[in-house]
Amino acid sequence: MTKASTFPNRQGSDSNNRKVYLVDGARTPFLKARGGPGPFTPVDLAVQCGRPLLMRQPFSRDAFDQVILGCVNVIADEMNPSRVAALRLGMGDAMVAFTVQINCGSGMQSIDTAYKYIRQGESDLILAGGAEALSHAPLVMREEAVEWYAGLARAKGPLDTAKQMSGLRPEFFKPVIGLERGLTDPITELNMGQTAEVLAHHFDISREDADQYAVESQHRLATAQEQGWLEGEVEPAFDRDGNVYEKDDGVRPDSSVAKLSELNPVFEKPYGKVTAGNSSQITDGACWVILASEDAVQKHGLEPLAEIRDSEWAGLDPSIMGLGPVMCTTPMMQRNGLAKKDIDLWELNEAFAAQVLACLAAWQDKEFCKNVLGLDKTFGKIGRDRLNVDGGAISLGHPVGTSGSRIVLHLANAMKRLKKKRGIATECIGGGLAGAMLLEVV
Amino acid sequence: MGKVLDHLQHIKPELGPATRPEKNRHWRLARDENDIAWLVLDRHDSSANTLSESVLKELDERLDLIDNEKPKALVIRSAKSSAFVAGADITEFRGLADGGKVEEQLNLGHAIFDRIEKFSFPTITVVHGYALGGGFELALATDYRVAIEGASFGFPEVRLGLHPGLGGTFRLTELIDPVEAMTMMLTGSNAHTKKAKKLGIADLVVEERHLKNAINAIVDGKIAKQEPGLKSSAFILSPARSFAARQMRAKTAERASQDHYPAPYALIDLWEEHHGDREKMQRGEIKSFAKLLTSQTAQNLIRVFFLREKLKNIGDGEHGISHVHVIGAGAMGGEIAAWCAVRGFRVSLGDVKNAPIGEALKEAKALCNDQHLSGTETRDALDRLIPDPQGHGIAQADLVIEAVPEKPELKREIYKAIEPRMKATAILATNTSSLELPELATALKNPARFAGVHFFNPVSKMQLVEIVYHDKTEKNVLERLNAFTGSISRLPAPVKSYPGFLVNRALMPYLMEALMLLDEGHEKVVIDRTAEQFGMPMGPIELADQVGLDICLHVAESLKGNLEKPMPEIPDWLRKKVEKGELGRKTGQGFYKWSDGKVQKEDVPDLAKAPDDMLDRLILPMLDACVECLRKGIVEDTDVIDGAMIFATGFAPFRGGPMNYARDRGVDEIRNKISELRNKHGPRFEPDRGWSGLNGKDS
Repeated sequence: MTKASTFPNRQGSDSNNRKVYLVDGARTPFLKARGGPGPFTPVDLAVQCGRPLLMRQPFSRDAFDQVILGCVNVIADEMNPSRVAALRLGMGDAMVAFTVQINCGSGMQSIDTAYKYIRQGESDLILAGGAEALSHAPLVMREEAVEWYAGLARAKGPLDTAKQMSGLRPEFFKPVIGLERGLTDPITELNMGQTAEVLAHHFDISREDADQYAVESQHRLATAQEQGWLEGEVEPAFDRDGNVYEKDDGVRPDSSVAKLSELNPVFEKPYGKVTAGNSSQITDGACWVILASEDAVQKHGLEPLAEIRDSEWAGLDPSIMGLGPVMCTTPMMQRNGLAKKDIDLWELNEAFAAQVLACLAAWQDKEFCKNVLGLDKTFGKIGRDRLNVDGGAISLGHPVGTSGSRIVLHLANAMKRLKKKRGIATECIGGGLAGAMLLEVV
Repeated sequence: MGKVLDHLQHIKPELGPATRPEKNRHWRLARDENDIAWLVLDRHDSSANTLSESVLKELDERLDLIDNEKPKALVIRSAKSSAFVAGADITEFRGLADGGKVEEQLNLGHAIFDRIEKFSFPTITVVHGYALGGGFELALATDYRVAIEGASFGFPEVRLGLHPGLGGTFRLTELIDPVEAMTMMLTGSNAHTKKAKKLGIADLVVEERHLKNAINAIVDGKIAKQEPGLKSSAFILSPARSFAARQMRAKTAERASQDHYPAPYALIDLWEEHHGDREKMQRGEIKSFAKLLTSQTAQNLIRVFFLREKLKNIGDGEHGISHVHVIGAGAMGGEIAAWCAVRGFRVSLGDVKNAPIGEALKEAKALCNDQHLSGTETRDALDRLIPDPQGHGIAQADLVIEAVPEKPELKREIYKAIEPRMKATAILATNTSSLELPELATALKNPARFAGVHFFNPVSKMQLVEIVYHDKTEKNVLERLNAFTGSISRLPAPVKSYPGFLVNRALMPYLMEALMLLDEGHEKVVIDRTAEQFGMPMGPIELADQVGLDICLHVAESLKGNLEKPMPEIPDWLRKKVEKGELGRKTGQGFYKWSDGKVQKEDVPDLAKAPDDMLDRLILPMLDACVECLRKGIVEDTDVIDGAMIFATGFAPFRGGPMNYARDRGVDEIRNKISELRNKHGPRFEPDRGWSGLNGKDS
């Protein structure tokens, strides 16, 4: 296991680092998958929120140096969705655009990549974000069925074709749901929900605690929507049939512990603790942020929301992937000389309530802090008043490639609204990874 | 478009060895390494190819050379980047009165095309863009037609009151299914690439980059020639033809009466009598064409063609507009926005509510469908149409079009709010149909950039846009708006701000007089039919329903009191109808019942019930208002009036427009008639002072 002494010091020594600002951002409402493909593909979603974002800028849309988009479930019609989105947004055919994928961290990977391009002086203005339409995740054909089709295609002459046809089996038509496979770790064969069960067990997270956390998430998002705190961050989406999507539609303002307690576990029946109610929702959504150098800020007269100060990635065993935020956040804070009290706001992606609570518990666990993180004393308790203050993936959903962008953008917006100085956005990543970004209000 | 593609687009099309223009020559002729002759049309005196007398004459000379040299094959194509041949040179059709002379000319043309048809070596026409009228007929005279992807073929002659006259009537009916051929000629609709291939008009469809290989394949005999179909021979039997002809006549009658539009009927007669007998068909075509061309109907429709050209020319020029912001996503605002997006502009559409914006997007999708946009074209058009509830687009737009309800106070408030956010060079335009511009301009710090763009409903069908200016509108703003209108394929008519501008000023007395007639107890179907018989696309009562009774009432009220002349009284019952919500088509009930956007007329009109002066009571006040606008300098000349009335209201095109009709009937006679009506019906009929200046004035 990783020890504190082995944490690399990646940034501190380089004094020529350029400042990188997050100047603006917008996302679509997150739309819960309700059986069958939703109204938008990943690129449709990216176009929906990209258009108002670009239109409210004082510079033209071809002023960007490049476009970087995170997307996990790329659909066949939109290979390199970043480039497709850039072209559909009218950013010009000279616009370089690429797509990044690190599973649930893709939307943060895109921002981090942009951040580094600008920090190193290679770019000045980058559009970065994430797009995901989980409702469009494909049905995957069984391997045997694929072989049958291939044989049919190779068949020469009617006799051979007839012979191949006879090999048809009814089960060929029973497709595998791609999403289900995608949410299962291929190394450990554990479903993401099961990794949350593992953590709940290790850190003694009760069903009641998880449900309580989930209810708070719902109520916080409902309040934020009601108060208009998401205006400008969430731009309405319009589909071709005239429907308007104005807000995250998975929210349940009337959620209560009593109601959640009635739900059965979904991943490990019958004794598990992780239910549909205390897990993140399967959702479609996209989010963009604009990152700019000092030069670009000056040139276009921009007003930055926040400065990106640092970022960090970490890995651990896939079966306990949910603990990743602890593993990347801690060293990032250490090298910036920051203690728990210095972080005013946290966005810790809510993959599962039990997983968020396990992270908090690990930081309060003396042995864990000492043996795993190499700290002299416990990190301490992150107050609920600083954590996911406007709800999270449990209430608004987790379009996997998008969430990283959303938590970074929302952290910047929430810090501005609450007049806070410093914050961290971090998320666990299926497959045993995690990413974190440190932001400071300008 | 990026600079790389921009650069590469200039690469020339495949012209074989005939790559260079020849001085003062329309046709280039050269032979390639395979002994194929390339005959390339590049009119030296025009940017588009048409078959003028001199073009045909030179073609004949070139054919002499080709005949002597006997190449392995002949390829005919156009060097113009936009298209093959647009058709005959219509300027040469104007004012023709001597049918015999026309026949002589046609005989020469026929001889040339017959000559091409009889060449012993393979002849191939390559069509890119459109091959219309005579251009299509030239292509039909060759053995093969190769369509470059995007090509279209058609016979628009019927819109000029004609039918094909250079062999189209028999060559097309011989080549493809005669019913399809006749339908194309009777409706004037084009066959685009895919359809042209399916019908058998095009033998091959290729991309430009494969043209040379395709031609070699034809010359090497690898491509089967399109043979006349079975259906063509099926109609050799005259009972079969008679049956089909009856159906064609019935179909044609649904759209155009024989009295007003004789050409399609003449074509059906020709085909019914002579299909299968090439010689008789050819002679019949020439005779019939000459007769039609010298008729008043065709000459008036040719006039309409040039009116359109004139308005199109007003729409030439630079507009410097790439982003349009539309305020108000109601029916008009939404459709204006969608139309601009379909035509390639980036459009932001704002409204105080999201729901109407959504509704507008739904309509935009339907518009893309109606305009036959492909899946990707639809996606791109809808991507360009940006919902903008926050109005971010105001600061980005080069043109802001305001299309909110007709409340002056509301409009002024909006102008005050947006003016500081607009770009310094941006134009602000209102789509008002009844408010005068100076009254709205008071809200602006810079009224010089303020003008009107008055679209008609539905935008996708009505070609006219009134470009309304006031005393302070800068000339450059007006020119940019004209050019913008041209670039969205609409026709601009510059109009000075005036109550009702031009079109509504002229239309309202017509509508109001129809209401007076109703009040006097005449049946609405009789009133409507009277106007339709004159050639209006729909009668005034139906038109009022179509426009919306609330809008009619609003325009009528705003005109009343602002004009020198008394308007017919607005009947009280009209106000009551509007209050009850019986607004016409949009609510399903007006004067008529409407269902699914279609009027339900139950009574059969008995025209014997119409008093003798009904038609004049309807039409003459419209003409009088036009004369008033001309006298007051609201429009530049009578051409703009005629064009505007035809393209905005559908005023009987075969009459060449209201002013042309007045000239044809006689200015004095009309003035006297109006005086007569005054004596009988009161002072709302009073011939305008302008009539006296019209006599002998040419357009």
